[in-house]
Formats: sequence, C-alpha cells, structure tokens
Amino acid sequence: MDNSPVILAFCCHYCAYAAADLAGTMRLQYPGSVRVLRLPCTGKIEVNYLLAAFERGVDGVIVAGCLEGGCHFQEGNLRARRRVERAKQLLKEIGIEPERLEMFNLSSAEGTRFAEIVSEMNQRIAALGPSPLRHSPEHVEHAIEELRENAEKAIAGEQK
Amino acid sequence: MQAMTSSNDVKAPSGAVLVCGAGVAGIQASLDLSAAGFHVYLVEDKPAVGGGMTRLDKTFPTGDCATCIISPKLVECMRDPNIEVLTLADVVKLEGEPGNFTATVHQRPRYVDISKCTACGDCSKVCPVKIKSEFDAQLGTRKAIDRVYAQAAPNAYVIMKGPGLCIECMRCVKACKAGAIDHDQVEKTLELHVGAVVLTPGFDAFDASQRGEFGFNHAKNVLTNVQFERMLSASGPTQGHILRPSDKKTPKRLAFIQCVGSRDTGCGNDYCSSVCCMAATKESILAKEHEPDLDITIFFLDLRAYGKDFERYYERAKNEKGVRYVRSFISRTYEMPDTKNVVLKYFGSDLKQVEEEFDMVVLSLGLEPSSALLNQAQCIGIDLNQWGFAKTEELKPLDTSRAGVFVGGVFQEPKDIPDTVMQASAAAARAMALLAPARGSQMTTKSYPPERDVTDEPPRIGVFVCHCGSNIASVVDVERVVEYAKHLPNVVYAEHTVYTCADDSQGRMKENIVEHRLNRVVVASCTPRSHEPIFRDTLRGAGLNPYLLEMANIREQCSWVHSGDAEKATQKACELVRMITGRIAESRPLKDETVPVNNAALIVGGGIAGMTAALALAEQGFPVHLVEKSGALGGTARRIYQTLDKADVQAFLKDTIARVDANPNISVYLNASVAEVEGHIGSFSSKITFNGTVRKVDHGVVVVATGATEHAPQSYGYGKNGKVLTQLELSERLGRNELSLPGKATVVMIQCVEQRNEERPYCSRVCCTTAVKNALQLRERYPNARIMVLYRDIRTYGFREAAYREAREKGVLFIRYEPEKAPELMQNGRLRVYEPALGKSLEVSPDMIVLAAPMIPRADRGELSDLLRVPLNADGFFLEAHVKLRPVDFASEGLFLCGTAHAPKSMGETISQANAVAGRAASILSRRAMPISGQVAWVDPDKCISCMTCVHVCPYHAPSIGRNNKAEIQAAVCMGCGSCTAECPAKAIELRHYLDNQILRALDHLLAGHSTEEIVEGDYLEQVGIAQQRFHKGLE
Repeated sequence: MDNSPVILAFCCHYCAYAAADLAGTMRLQYPGSVRVLRLPCTGKIEVNYLLAAFERGVDGVIVAGCLEGGCHFQEGNLRARRRVERAKQLLKEIGIEPERLEMFNLSSAEGTRFAEIVSEMNQRIAALGPSPLRHSPEHVEHAIEELRENAEKAIAGEQK
Repeated sequence: MQAMTSSNDVKAPSGAVLVCGAGVAGIQASLDLSAAGFHVYLVEDKPAVGGGMTRLDKTFPTGDCATCIISPKLVECMRDPNIEVLTLADVVKLEGEPGNFTATVHQRPRYVDISKCTACGDCSKVCPVKIKSEFDAQLGTRKAIDRVYAQAAPNAYVIMKGPGLCIECMRCVKACKAGAIDHDQVEKTLELHVGAVVLTPGFDAFDASQRGEFGFNHAKNVLTNVQFERMLSASGPTQGHILRPSDKKTPKRLAFIQCVGSRDTGCGNDYCSSVCCMAATKESILAKEHEPDLDITIFFLDLRAYGKDFERYYERAKNEKGVRYVRSFISRTYEMPDTKNVVLKYFGSDLKQVEEEFDMVVLSLGLEPSSALLNQAQCIGIDLNQWGFAKTEELKPLDTSRAGVFVGGVFQEPKDIPDTVMQASAAAARAMALLAPARGSQMTTKSYPPERDVTDEPPRIGVFVCHCGSNIASVVDVERVVEYAKHLPNVVYAEHTVYTCADDSQGRMKENIVEHRLNRVVVASCTPRSHEPIFRDTLRGAGLNPYLLEMANIREQCSWVHSGDAEKATQKACELVRMITGRIAESRPLKDETVPVNNAALIVGGGIAGMTAALALAEQGFPVHLVEKSGALGGTARRIYQTLDKADVQAFLKDTIARVDANPNISVYLNASVAEVEGHIGSFSSKITFNGTVRKVDHGVVVVATGATEHAPQSYGYGKNGKVLTQLELSERLGRNELSLPGKATVVMIQCVEQRNEERPYCSRVCCTTAVKNALQLRERYPNARIMVLYRDIRTYGFREAAYREAREKGVLFIRYEPEKAPELMQNGRLRVYEPALGKSLEVSPDMIVLAAPMIPRADRGELSDLLRVPLNADGFFLEAHVKLRPVDFASEGLFLCGTAHAPKSMGETISQANAVAGRAASILSRRAMPISGQVAWVDPDKCISCMTCVHVCPYHAPSIGRNNKAEIQAAVCMGCGSCTAECPAKAIELRHYLDNQILRALDHLLAGHSTEEIVEGDYLEQVGIAQQRFHKGLE
C-alpha cells in the first residue's frame, strides 16, 4: 500500500451517494483517494465521527448531502453543516487544518459535481500534505493483522 | 372453477388492474394499487419507465432535482412483486366489462433478455452505430444498443432496429458474457385478465416545426424547452452547460417564447398547456444559477402562476433573478447569417414594433396527446374531447366514457406534476372501489425459510466479489481482492463470480452461506441503491436476517471512475472491502416489525372534499368518521350552482349528501369538532365532541378536508355599497335567480382584489375561471349588458381557455390593468381604470361591481394544525409532505389532506384530490398490520436526560417523553434518518443499522485499526428488534 492521501466521504443515501453512482455511470475519472461511507442522511453525521476519522489518521473528510432545501429528511443537511462548522473549530484548536474537512451540497443528478468535489478536495489535501496523525501503511497492515488474529481466536473459541 | 362461476352467473371481479403508461402518474397509480392489495400490469410503450419527468433537470417551485425524487419511485416500482412492468408494449384491444376485462397487449421485441441483462454496458461499448438520443431530444448521441438514460428502469439495454439503426453486426452478442442478447426476438401478444383500467399515458410535446415562424429547424440557436431542459441537466448532453448549438459558446441573451402550440387556434390547440409559464420561469432561474450574467427575457401572453406557491416563484424570478417578462407575442423570427443570433420581432409596450437580437431562443412547447396515444384510446374504446384528450366532466374528473376505465394525469387535461400524481392516486382509488371485493385475490407473496438465530455467534463473514462481466474485472484484479479479503478479520470465505446478481450465482451464494455457516455477507459489486434489495432477498432465502448484508461499491465508485489506473483501483477495492468488513462485523439482525391497523378513517371537514374522500373510502369497505363543524354537510359548494361545463352543482351536492347519509360505513358528526388525537399511523385514538357529548373513536388514518373561505374585501366599498359584491356572491345570486339588473346594465368585474400583493402573495387559482363562467351566464341573461373584466393576467389554464375565448367572442370585454394603477372607484360612483396598452384611462358607470376576492384558509386552521401536529405554509394553507410527489400526504405517516385546505383549487380538482386521499389511505387501511423498517432510532433510558432535544429535532414527531419521563421513539413514525441520534447531547439514542460501533469500526478498518476502545458499552443483543419492553435498572 502506498502513501497517497486518504479522503473519507460521508455521503447521504438519496443525493450525494446517488451522485457518486452517477459519476460512475458517466465514467467520469476522479482521484482514487476517496472512500465513500453511506449514511441515510447527513443529519446522522456526528462531530464525533468527523473527529474519529481524523484521530485515525485520515487526511481529509468530505461531508456530502442534498441541496439545501432538498433534504429527503427535511433539514438534516442543515444540521450537518452546523456540525461540520463545529468540528472545524475543534480541529483548529488541536492544530489540524480545518480545510481538511468540508461540507458540500449536491443533487443526485450532479455526477459531474461529485467528481469535481473529489478533485477539488484531493488537490487541497495534496497541498496540505499528509495529516500529522497519519499512520504508516505498515502500521495499518499490522493493526489489521492484529484484528484478524483476535477474530480468529474468537471463531476458534466458538468452534471448541 | 369454471362450473362455479357459470352456475352463479355473476363472475367475481378480477383483483388485477391494467395501468397504461408508466410515467410518474402510472408509477404512482401502480404503487398505490399494489400497496392496497391489487395485482398490477403496468404497460409502457417506451423501453423504460419514468416518462417525461426523468428528462427534467429540476422541478418548480421548489427546485427539487427531478431525478432525486423520481428514482426511489422507479426502484420501488421495479422491485414490487405485484407490479408486472411490460415495456415496449401497447394495448390493442379491451373486451369485457367492468370487473372482468380482457386486454390484448402487443409487446415489441427488445432484443435483450431483461432477466439476463445485468446492465454492464459491454454491448454498448462495442456497438459501432451511433444515433441521436431521443431522450436527450436529439442533442446527445447513444448507441444502437443502449439504455434510454443512465438511471433507466428496467435497468436493461435495448436495441433500436430500423433504418439507420442496428446493423446486426452481432458484436454485442459476442461482447455479452451474460448471453442476454437475442436478435431473433419477435413481437409477443399477451392477454391480460383485469378488473379495471387506469389510463396514465401522458403527453407529447407539440411539434415545433409546425410553427415555422419561430425558426425551429431553420435557425440553429432556436431550441425547444425539452432540449433546453436536457441541456440544464447535469447528466445531460452538455453536462449542465448552456451552450449555443451553432458554436458551443455560452449565450449572453436568452429568450423564451411562450404558448408555442398552446392557446393557438391556428394549430387546433386552443387550450392552455398549464405548465409552460412556470416551466419557463424555472428554466430561467436555473439558467441564471448556471450563468449569472445571462440576460433572460420571457415573451408571454398571460403569466399563469396559478398553483401553490407559484406566484412567489414568479416574483422571485422577476425581482431577485432579474428575469425580464415581456407581454407580447412574437410575430417573426430570423437568424443573422454571420453570428447565427436570432432576431425576434414583436410589439412593444407602446404598441410600436421592436426588433431585438438574442443569442439563443427557447420555445415553450405545448402539451398534446401523441398520435400513438389517440390510436390506443380508440383500441380501448373511450371518447376523446375536441383536442384528443380523454373526455371527462368537471364533477367526474376520473371517469372516462367507458365504465371501469379511469384516467389520470395530462391525458385528462394538461397539468403539472403534483396534480398528475394526485390524479393518478385518485384514478387508482376509483379502480380500488370498483374491485374492492377482489382485493388481495391475486397478490403474490414470497415465503422464506425460518430465520437462523445468529446473535450468539461471532461474526463469520463471506465476501463475494463480482466481475460484472468486464466492468469491474477489466480494471480491478478481482482475484487479488478475493485473496486480500480472505485475510481480513472475521472473513471465513471469499470468492469471485462473473455476475454475482445472476440467478445461478445467488443460488450458489445461498449454498455457501449454509456450507460455511456464514452469518454476515459482503457483496463487492455495484451500488446498493439498485442491488441491496436483491441481495437482502438472497440472504432471507438462505435463512439469514437481511440486515446482515453489506455492499462494497467497487464498480460505480472504483472500476468505472479509476479505469486509467488498475493498480490503484485494485488497492482501493481492497480497502473498500476492508472498511465494509469492519462495519458488518458490528451489524446486528433487525426485525422488521409490524403495527396493527385499525381500518377506519377520521375525516375532518364535511364539504365536497371530505364527503368525496368519505365515499371513496366507504365504497372500498372502510368505516369512516366524518366530522363537520357546522350543522350541515356541503361546505362552500352550497353556494355554487353551476360548473364551467354547466353541470348542476346543487343536484350533485344533494346526491352526494344522500349517498353519504345512506352509506352504512359512514358515521356523520354535525356541529362537531375533534378534541384530541393520539397515536400514529394505523392506530389513532381520537375524541370527537358534538352536541355536548364526547365520543372516543379509533382509526388508522386522519384526513384534513377543512376547506377554505372567501375573504371579505376591504376595498371598493364592499359591504357598504350595495352595487359591490364578490364573485362567490354573484355565483349564488345567478344560481338562485336573485339578480335584477337593467337590460343595458354595465357590469364590471375586478380580478385579483387584495391578492397577488404583499399581504397575500398568492393567486387563488379559481377566480379567473369563475369570472369567465359568471360573465358567460350574465351574457346569456342580459344579452345587451356591457360586461367588463378588469384583470392582471387571465389564468384560465387547461381547457378553461376555451371558455375565455368564448367570452371574448360573445363580447365580454377584457381590460388589463397594472397593480400600480389599480382600478379606482370614485366618489361619483364612476370607475376609472388605466389601460396600459392604450396608455389611457377609461371611465364607466357600473351598475354592478364584482370583486374577485381571495380564497383564504379557515380561521381555525391553527388549532387543527396544533392538534394534529401538521404544518401550515406561509399563507396559512396546510403543507403537504412533498410538494411534487406527495401532494396529499402529510410528512407524518398516516395523515392526509385534500381540497382547498391544501391550496385554492376548483371543484373538479378537489374531487380528484379527495379520491387521491382514498387511494393513498387504502394502502394503510387495507392491511391488518403495517410493516415498519427495522432501521429506526432507539433511546437508552439509562442515558436519557429528558432534555427534549430529540422531540424538537425530529421532523416527524416520532420521539416523545413517555413513561418514566424518558424519551421514547415510536418506531411506526420514525423514518430512520438519524438526526436525533446526532443531536442527542447525552448520546442516549442509536439509529439501528447505523450504530456508532458500525461506523467507527468501519473507520478503524479503513484507516488504521487505530482504536479498539469500546465506544458504546454493553451488548446490543437485548435491544434487537423494536419497541420491546427492556430491562431498565433502577426503575423496574
């Protein structure tokens, strides 16, 4: 595994995730740094998730929800925006560039916009460099290995 | 079976319904029918469902993305086991009678087997034939084998054969690894036995080349509004960029020409298409959002912003976005040979000819029935009106001339999306009432093996990686992903298949689940938005809880978007699988519970809306409690005597009241009000107070049908001057024959009184039509009278336009005024009005002045809104769940609205909407129990600090403070968005299936395995399922 940036995108089910799908259907090409995690609504985003991602060494986080006024759950995306702003303040306080975190609004028909957002963030993160909390790829592999051993023990224990 | 029916002589009705046309109307009707217990054959002549709406970018007046809101409906429709979708099909014959029809359907070949096609697109890639895309209105291209559009449903390809199309090179046959292509398919004939038919075939746009003076086909930069809409769409041929076809440059000056093929006697379309004014306004706003420097001019005749919140939208376009509205008709168009700019010639406001140059021109095309549709109507055997639309009556808007055949949507009359959706549900309700005895008789239900209890097992994950033909495998090294997955924690099995979603692969998946005792399944393939329901079903088939499935999207979010870097794409695919295995290890089985349903309805308001809804529900066999505030049923209709099409409203009303009184399913409460409402969808309990007594009733749904009232104007001496009355009062006097005017009387009608202003920035929709109707009646009685209508815009939308023309032909004078120079009633009793086109003031001595007073919401709306906890809009009308696609539902499930309580509307529209309520409510009332998703929020009472945050946050009123003074969430009301979980300051709420542990463990796996700290203490096992009694320390 190489050391290129890792950007996590929390996408709401109805709009942002659908837009990401459409970017695929349209065969748009965007940087491979992004990993999408689906949520029912960005209203589910907690400051805790955002901080947890940075704590675990992510380089950037995208929160992508429906257009303002177009939330499928009325105002989840507006709440999410406030939480993102709050998380940015906290990041600043602990010395992580708040620009590593950004909220975006897009509709499910905006596949192109999704690709643009990823490219934009990728560029921004590349300019900032890796997160100071970033783990080495070896560390990641080692941690996974540890988790696997624990799991194997559990399964073996169950089989006995 | 045969013997039984013949001996009885009365055949039982069929429990199936044929729905013709699968646009948004047909889809809505099908979903409603299926949910209410009927089998549906949904016949569509195109290769994909979705209709006109799928081509739109956004929708007015909310700016909702059309794709966002219709896609979930398409998915729902395609996976409903009781909706059989037949694409490329036409009804050629309909025999039999209501309850027992036999429909003959011809289905044209698709040349692709839908059951085998995985929509991987390999065929299209190799197809050498490029053709113009009909979907993109000839602006874009597609292959001879392609999907109609990216999100097309059914999600399968289709081959276009014919001159200039498929050349039968057979490259697609070789490319298709699923063996789905069959060039030898032939037309099939199907015979369907159905009880009723719902017609929702939609419309065609007017052929712009018929009006050559607007330059279409000659001038390159003259587009239709359909083309412009595709251009605006982010997934359209220009990816949302506005570009002139001649030079692909962004225009600076853009013009819209309204009424092309509408309000036009020359081409026979002398009706109004109802939607174009707002569509052009919307397209202007969107265009301004794309290109803020664009100058936009809309050339129009009357600006028909008559619907709910349309007037505000129009004002916003004009005042905030700077869209220029010019009231003039274009007389000539020509193209500048060098710049390809378009010059428009028209009469300016001072009646002088103006020539103005534009970079691009958009024609707002009228809506008309297609010729194929006219054919089909003939085959079905229904009467059409003079314009080729289905013939209906104002008071029977859903019934065609053939019994058992109902109509909804634009084919009944041009209308916008909410009215279409509303009418589709209404037409479905008519079919439900006809076939009520056969409800449930032809439903398909799937049975599954008993669910294995896996709660005590440690996670044993199986990973299934899909090649998707070459879609994934040509970029991602799937074997490497499988090897990688095998070494991930808790993964005990991993494999790769060419098409994981194919039937045989799913069969093998079930075997593997059993053989390897898998209790969690990860499918690494395409998007869960389309395939999650399929694989969840596979899990259920293998005895696993469906919530134990997760998908890693390695196609849309990996191979398709990183096709240039196979190494990176493979790495990313591995990481996505790793992240998802982390998440799924924390997944818990969830039970989709049910709540019992009481099949009665509580309807508040006994006017036309309430009574129609009551009858439509009672005819389906549901008990109804009809609560009327006054001492008599009838509401505002008691003051109306005739419809525009001359139907006798009082006779209709009398008959309706008699039917309500005679129906054993309806209990009427007069002088009554609702004092208390408790409960949720399927199970409400309310108190009705009437005649000093209180009665407690149980019911499954609530319907608000409280109507509106006419505002008493403060202007023009109304109330003091006996010559001044309102339009409703005039209707009343005309109906009762209580009008006495001199033979040569001068009658002046003033439109838009105290509305469309700052205080009431909305249009009451019906006043223009009422004025025209009353003017025509006056004209009949007083042939020598001088009748004048002073107006701002005449808003006789749809076929009402014909009456407006008739009034002009019969000498009714229509004089426009501007709100800044409103008509003025002088001391001497004379009325002065400034006519802007003449630039002069006119004066008359009226014998009668008739004011179009606004329709305003009822004074007691606030109490009902508080009681039911349903919202009102800024104008005081009740606010529906979704302006476009849920026009009769409230946001809270189980509550509905209809009639003028929702917004001003005509009697016919009220009748449609009231039936629509019955169509929607039947999906609840026809069940013994309502299923509820397992993905709901749950409060840990130990952590709850009773701060009420969740109560305030939830848009659906699911949480409340319950016993023990702790928050509780009604699972039946929860929509599973998770907003409360995120806001809860005590972290006492968890959203099932999106537990903190699931999300954080996904992050652990993706990022570093950094944290193994316990974020949520304890085990979740006790809390599986919903709303069970829970152990609670200290309180029990």
